[in-house]
Amino acid sequence: MLRSYLPVLVFLVLGAGVGLVFTLINGWLGPRRPSRIKSEAYECGLPSEVTSSFRFGISFYLIAMLFILFDIEVVFLYPVAVQLEALGAFALIETIVFIALLLVAFVFVWRRGALEWR
Amino acid sequence: MSSPLAAVSSAAEVSSPGPLWVQLVKAVVIFALVLQLAPTLVWLERRLLGRFQSRLGPNRVGPAGLLQPVADVIKLVSKESSTPTTAVPWMMAIAPVISIGTAVLTLAIIPFGAPGAYGGEFALAGIDVSIGILYFLAFGSLAFYGLLLGGWASGSKYSFLGSMRAAAQLVSYEVAIGLSLLGVAIAAGSLSLVDIVAAQDKVWFVVPQVVGFLIFLVAGFAEAARPPFDLPEADAELVAGYNTEFGGMRFGTFFLAEYLEIIVISAVAAAVFLGGWHGPGPEFLGPTWMFLKMAVLVLLFIWVRATVPRLRYDQLMSLGWKILLPLATLNVLVTATLVVLL
Repeated sequence: MLRSYLPVLVFLVLGAGVGLVFTLINGWLGPRRPSRIKSEAYECGLPSEVTSSFRFGISFYLIAMLFILFDIEVVFLYPVAVQLEALGAFALIETIVFIALLLVAFVFVWRRGALEWR
Repeated sequence: MSSPLAAVSSAAEVSSPGPLWVQLVKAVVIFALVLQLAPTLVWLERRLLGRFQSRLGPNRVGPAGLLQPVADVIKLVSKESSTPTTAVPWMMAIAPVISIGTAVLTLAIIPFGAPGAYGGEFALAGIDVSIGILYFLAFGSLAFYGLLLGGWASGSKYSFLGSMRAAAQLVSYEVAIGLSLLGVAIAAGSLSLVDIVAAQDKVWFVVPQVVGFLIFLVAGFAEAARPPFDLPEADAELVAGYNTEFGGMRFGTFFLAEYLEIIVISAVAAAVFLGGWHGPGPEFLGPTWMFLKMAVLVLLFIWVRATVPRLRYDQLMSLGWKILLPLATLNVLVTATLVVLL
C-alpha cells in the first residue's frame, strides 16, 4: 500500500531539488555587496518603522473559524460521495440532513453579518 | 478520521503502479516535460499579453523571442539576492522551495494517458493513488505556506500585507474548490484521477457537472493566485506583495512555481472535467489530447488575465462565501440525489 507512494518521494526530491539548486547557483554566481541601505526592507517615501513583530488586526478572523468548520464538512462528505451509489437512499438522506444542519449555521452567521466586511 | 478514509482506499480500484524502474522513469519524464513547459508558458503569456494590448511583446531574443525565458534565467541567476535585516533568513530561503516543491508534487497524480496505452499495465501518471482528489487539495493548500512564510518572514510591510491577503484568499475559495470536485467524485464513484478520467469514456463530466466546472475554474484561478485573484501579489498596490523582498533566483523560483501551478490546475481541470486522455483516434494519442486540453485552459488563464480587473479582497470573500459555496453545495445535493434516484 505505502509502496505505491514511493514516486511521491522522487517528485519531492526533484521539485525541492530544483528550488535548492536554483538558490545555490544564485548564491554562487550572484554578486554579494551588502550595504546598510540595501539591507533595509523596501519602503516608498519615509523610512519604514516596521519591525519584524508588529501587530496587525485581522478582520477576517471569524471567517477563518468558519472556514475550518466548512472544510471539515467537505472532508466528511468525500468518503460518502465515493460510496454513495452502493449505500443508496439511506446515505443520501443522512447527507442531506448533515448539509441542512450546516446550512442552518451558515444562514445564521450570514444573517448575523459575520460574512460582511468590517 | 482514519476509518472512512481507509474504507475509501480499500474500495477504490487502483491500477498497478508497475515495476520500480518504470515508476522512476515516469516521474523523471513527467517532471522534465512539464519543467520545459513552464518557461514556454512564460514566453507565451508575455507574447499574448503584448498582442492583447496592441504591442509586440518580447521578440528580440531568438526566433520570435522564444529564447527570452533563457535570457531571463541567466539574468536572474547573476543577480544578488539580498535579505533585509528585519527578515528571518532561513524562512526566506525555504519559502520558494516550498512553493515549487508542492507544485511539482501535485504534478505526480496527473494522468496523461490511458493505463496500458504504451504497453504494460500501468497508468501514464506519476502515481495513481486512490485519494487523488484529496492529494490535490492537500498540496494545493500546502502551496500557500510558501506565500505565507515568504511574505511574513521578509519583515516588510508590503510582503506582510501580501501574505495576509494570501490567507484571506485561502479561506475564501478552498471550501468551494473542495465542494466543486465532490460532484465529480459522486458521479465517478472514485477519487483516483485515473478512474475519474476512465469514467468519462462516454460523456465528459463538464456536461453533467457544468456548475462544478465553472466553480472549479473560478476557485482554480484563486488557487493559482492569478489575476483577477492575484491579491497576494497585487503589483499595482503592494509593490510585489509577498515576493517584494525576494531577488535573484529566489524570485525566479517563486515565478516558476506560479507557472507550474497554472499547468497543474489546468491539468487537473482537463482530467476531471474535460475527459483527460479521451479523444478521437487510437489510444496512444491520449497524451496529445491531454496536452491540447491543458493548452486550451492555459490560454484561458492568460486571456482572463488580460481581460478582468483585480478584485478587492472583501469582494473575493463575498464571492467565495455568498456565491460559490451555496452554489457548490446545491450542485452536490442535486448530483447526489440524481445519482441515487436514477
